[in-house]
Amino acid sequence: MSRSKSITGGLFIGVTAFSALLIIAVIIILLVVIIIGGKETFSWEFLTAFPEDGMMKGGIFPAIYGTALLVLIMSIAAVPFGTITAIYLTEYAHEKSILAQTIRFAVRTLATVPSIIFGLFGLGFFIKFVGGGVDDVFLGGQLKWGQPNILWASLTMALLTLPVVIVSVEEAIRTVPRELREASLALGATKWETIKRIVIPGSRSGIMTGTILAVSRGAGEVAPILFTGAAYYLATLPVSMSDQFMNLGYHIYILATQSANVDQTLPIQFATTMVLLLLTFTLNLAAVIIRSRLRRKAK
Amino acid sequence: MENQPEHNKFVFTRESLKKKFRWSEFLSEKIITGVAFLSITIIVLIFFFVFKESLPIFYTQEKSVVKVESVQKQEQYGGETDTAQTNSSGQEQYGVTTTDTTMIENQVQEEDTVPHGSEQATFKSLTGKKWLPVSDNPRYGLIPLFVGTLKITLIAMLFAAPIAILAALFSASFAPYWLREIIKPAIELLAGFPSVVIGFFALMVMASFFQNIFGYDGRLNAFVGGVAMALAAIPIIFTITEDALTAVPRTYTEASLALGATRWQTALFVTLPAATPGIFAAILLGVGRVFGETMIALMATGNAAMISANPFESVRTLAATIGAEMAEVVFGDTHYNVLFLIGSLLFVFNFSLNALAEFYVKGKLVKRFQGKQS
Repeated sequence: MSRSKSITGGLFIGVTAFSALLIIAVIIILLVVIIIGGKETFSWEFLTAFPEDGMMKGGIFPAIYGTALLVLIMSIAAVPFGTITAIYLTEYAHEKSILAQTIRFAVRTLATVPSIIFGLFGLGFFIKFVGGGVDDVFLGGQLKWGQPNILWASLTMALLTLPVVIVSVEEAIRTVPRELREASLALGATKWETIKRIVIPGSRSGIMTGTILAVSRGAGEVAPILFTGAAYYLATLPVSMSDQFMNLGYHIYILATQSANVDQTLPIQFATTMVLLLLTFTLNLAAVIIRSRLRRKAK
Repeated sequence: MENQPEHNKFVFTRESLKKKFRWSEFLSEKIITGVAFLSITIIVLIFFFVFKESLPIFYTQEKSVVKVESVQKQEQYGGETDTAQTNSSGQEQYGVTTTDTTMIENQVQEEDTVPHGSEQATFKSLTGKKWLPVSDNPRYGLIPLFVGTLKITLIAMLFAAPIAILAALFSASFAPYWLREIIKPAIELLAGFPSVVIGFFALMVMASFFQNIFGYDGRLNAFVGGVAMALAAIPIIFTITEDALTAVPRTYTEASLALGATRWQTALFVTLPAATPGIFAAILLGVGRVFGETMIALMATGNAAMISANPFESVRTLAATIGAEMAEVVFGDTHYNVLFLIGSLLFVFNFSLNALAEFYVKGKLVKRFQGKQS
């Protein structure tokens, strides 16, 4: 082999390595810049206090509370449906059947639909069609459900995170050994009993990963809730499903682009971003660790 | 011996071996199948409801056209020269970038000829070059939004595609095991960064950084937005490319190495070409992600709807337009319907990209690895 070729080779490998390290560097820079910008303002009080002086001072407790409530309602909707779909795809459907393939395609499409489209759908379907319909039929046209609120925002978010749950749970169910299922069936258990007693307990970690990833995604997405329930500022916490709510991501967006005093609220913006980033980062890290353990077990 | 089974309780006849009908089994299977249909139902509902809200455009269009015609007929009785003049000036506005004064003139003249101009959203006005939805004489030209979206997609892909593909090649072909175990989870974590955080980073940090380097006027522009979007697209492109590269059969690389090729030659001339359909799919999905990205576009692009080829000028994307304006429109207004029409277009575009990536590319990949295609 000639020397020039090995130099080209070295250069080529160097360029690929540089690309990979560039991505890692950007991730680290992003994390460090946000943390440095936010750590001065960040305190226990910042997490537990209400905003004051038209959001110029104070904390972000309502935004944290709203985000937590959002992901809670979202998980209650998304996790069972996602898990059942995954069970259908792995246990009931034939791998090659048209139905199963259509469902798989639908799930993948759902995963790539832009999040703003979910917002439009939430507005058109949940708020105007379902909510407006409920108001017309049960409340005699009085406006209660036919406007943005936390229930519609959570359900919209649940649609967005459904594919996340399905994919994680499906992967976990596939790691449950065939022999366990066969042993259960051979002992006289029915298919449903096998699923209930063997498959679901065996894929608990996958359901967990799916939930964590969904929560992380739901906590970070803003586009779907822009006009389905997030509010700029609320003096009280949401108590009913028909209340609007504050949200961490929406808070950042509003403070950084819509408020009159962007420079004065800059420390609050950085601190809020830091809270959101660390929250999603921790959740994702947990999911990555659980999943890598799961994959090792599967091998 | 043959009589012994008679006092055995378990006599296996054809009847007893038949599967017993159990309600719990029947119901659980039906319920699970029903729930599984949900994903398909959601996709159909999304398309139906987003499209439904944009439909009134097409109805009002017909109505207003009739009205315009009747008005023009009435005017023709008065004087033909007047209508000719106003028509020509009305057409001019599409060609020439008008200053404020001529715009007011046009508005006045148009209000004379077209009394229901504010309700109008014809095909012609949708393909116009101005997006002015909240002026006295609203115009819903989608061209600047399309141009803005394409420009930002192009910038983002110019950054994201090479970096992500090269990084994937490094991870799949060259990196030692321990390094790969760092790179892959790290990029998975980047995929988990909320887009509002990336948007905030672009708005507060990257915008000033690039302004110092390039020295342009506007802090927020297509370039900043594009680079920020590249951060969102990189994990998608990286992950799918990496999967495609590792799916290339070992025999390919082994054959290449056995023939005396070095590792980098094998990676560049054997592994990479074999995985092209997968890389193509990765780029398609990356484009889809950038096309529909809302928060980064809202925060980092400056949001001015203008047509220009300069990457350092502000742009407004389709998705950002929905995000910025939907909260302020009147329900059922033309503006509201046009925003839903943009949503339908985004959805259809994204659906097509996904379908293309799914069927065309995957089919090709499978065929290639099975040796049906050289």
